[in-house]
Amino acid sequence: MPETTTTRANPLIDPSLHVWGPEVALYLFLGGLVAGVMVLVAWRRLRHPEVTMSRALALAPWSVPLLLSAGMLCLWLDLANRFNAYRFYFIFRVYSPMSWGAWILVAIYPVSVAFAWTVLPGDIAARWRRRLGSLARLGDWAQERAPSLARAQLALGVLLGIYTGILLAALAARPLWNSAVLGPLFLVSGLSSGAAFLLLLRLAAGERDTLVHTDMLLIVVEIVLIGLWFVTLASGGAGTQAAARLVFGGDYTAAFWTLVVALGLVTPLAGEWIERRHGMLPGRASAVLVLLGGLALRWIVVDAGQHAAEIARIALH
Amino acid sequence: MSRKRWAMTVDTRTCVGCSACVIGCKTENDVPAGYSRDWIFTETTGTFPNLAMTIRSERCNHCDDAPCVRACPTGSSHYGPGGLVLVTTAKCSGCKACIAACPYGARFVDPRTRTVDKCTLCAHRLENGIPTTSCQEICPTRSIVVGDLDDPTSEVAELLAARDAYTLQPEQGTEPRLFFLK
Repeated sequence: MPETTTTRANPLIDPSLHVWGPEVALYLFLGGLVAGVMVLVAWRRLRHPEVTMSRALALAPWSVPLLLSAGMLCLWLDLANRFNAYRFYFIFRVYSPMSWGAWILVAIYPVSVAFAWTVLPGDIAARWRRRLGSLARLGDWAQERAPSLARAQLALGVLLGIYTGILLAALAARPLWNSAVLGPLFLVSGLSSGAAFLLLLRLAAGERDTLVHTDMLLIVVEIVLIGLWFVTLASGGAGTQAAARLVFGGDYTAAFWTLVVALGLVTPLAGEWIERRHGMLPGRASAVLVLLGGLALRWIVVDAGQHAAEIARIALH
Repeated sequence: MSRKRWAMTVDTRTCVGCSACVIGCKTENDVPAGYSRDWIFTETTGTFPNLAMTIRSERCNHCDDAPCVRACPTGSSHYGPGGLVLVTTAKCSGCKACIAACPYGARFVDPRTRTVDKCTLCAHRLENGIPTTSCQEICPTRSIVVGDLDDPTSEVAELLAARDAYTLQPEQGTEPRLFFLK
């Protein structure tokens, strides 16, 4: 075993890289959740335009700009030089995932507000129309383009969900993140979080049933993708394999398998399955667990991925 | 704009790890206390009594295909004159994407400016007619040499032609321009 020493001791880099803190993990969670709400409600609107949504589901799209703003606040708090945040919008850098993300986020605001308007319950829409005065014409403009807006909402939701994973996966220097599976994994986990968030609302029985069924499918896909992620890690070089060992016997093993896999995926899947099998209306406990599991997944991946850089460097020597 | 392609060689046979390059750089470039743009890396391999030691003076590799430049969302990290990888602090938001992207750990956030800082290969000297970096100037064993990679008569090009050399983590595909002479 080679012995290495370095005189470098730059804070945040040494002894192990730790440049992104919990703010980024929380943002990735909120971004995924928002992507989930966008995709699920837009999909429902496109598939069943004739069925009236419950009041809660029809109002849910307004959570998109609100939760996204909370996520962007987290991102802004993580910046070291916050006054230069506007610089993201002076340029578009095609090879920078973060640049893509910055522009996707601003594109979502107008589309999500316009889409939310198109599914607004009739009585609320009438009341807002009176208050908005001549601005209500913008609402009419949106209403005329409802199907296009739903499609745009769906596409932007998918982009946002994938982007939260690509942001990490594009970094070849960090072996735990550098996997093509991370984008789809974060998208599916985000869709599942979105479904769980919607299940916390006062939905109609039919809507709950469809969402629970969808969530079960998503959880199964997520478990498969986590398996594939480990396959890509295990079949990588020495550094990548060392990174994988962080969740197989290393520092993050207990947290990953209990918080993400057992409590965040397997338990809610079993709960939802039992509820459906016995014809019960699903409760909210499974949804809460899915949300906590989604947050734990991001937190552990963000944290362990940075720790993995040092582990890999040692393994390569 | 310089037509040169700046590169550096560090002779691992003569480097004794005295850290003069680190101190010289801190003085020349006003690097904040507790931080460093270059550093000494020491590696001992083998089993006693058959031990071997490698000492390297390391810094930003000024990669030809720099992942930090690709990751930067504001265009702050860029290729400067002579292909040097530089940071425009006025554009830096401190998002740290470049720090996460750099396989060499060469970047840090300067606590005074809250922007990212790193080795510039003393661009202010090279581009103003002074043909040496401060670390090269101070090195007591003359282990560090800077020059134009595209000029076959430069000392750097001649050293690389005459001696075996390696770069760090070539598998990353970054094409570093910091070479270590064996």
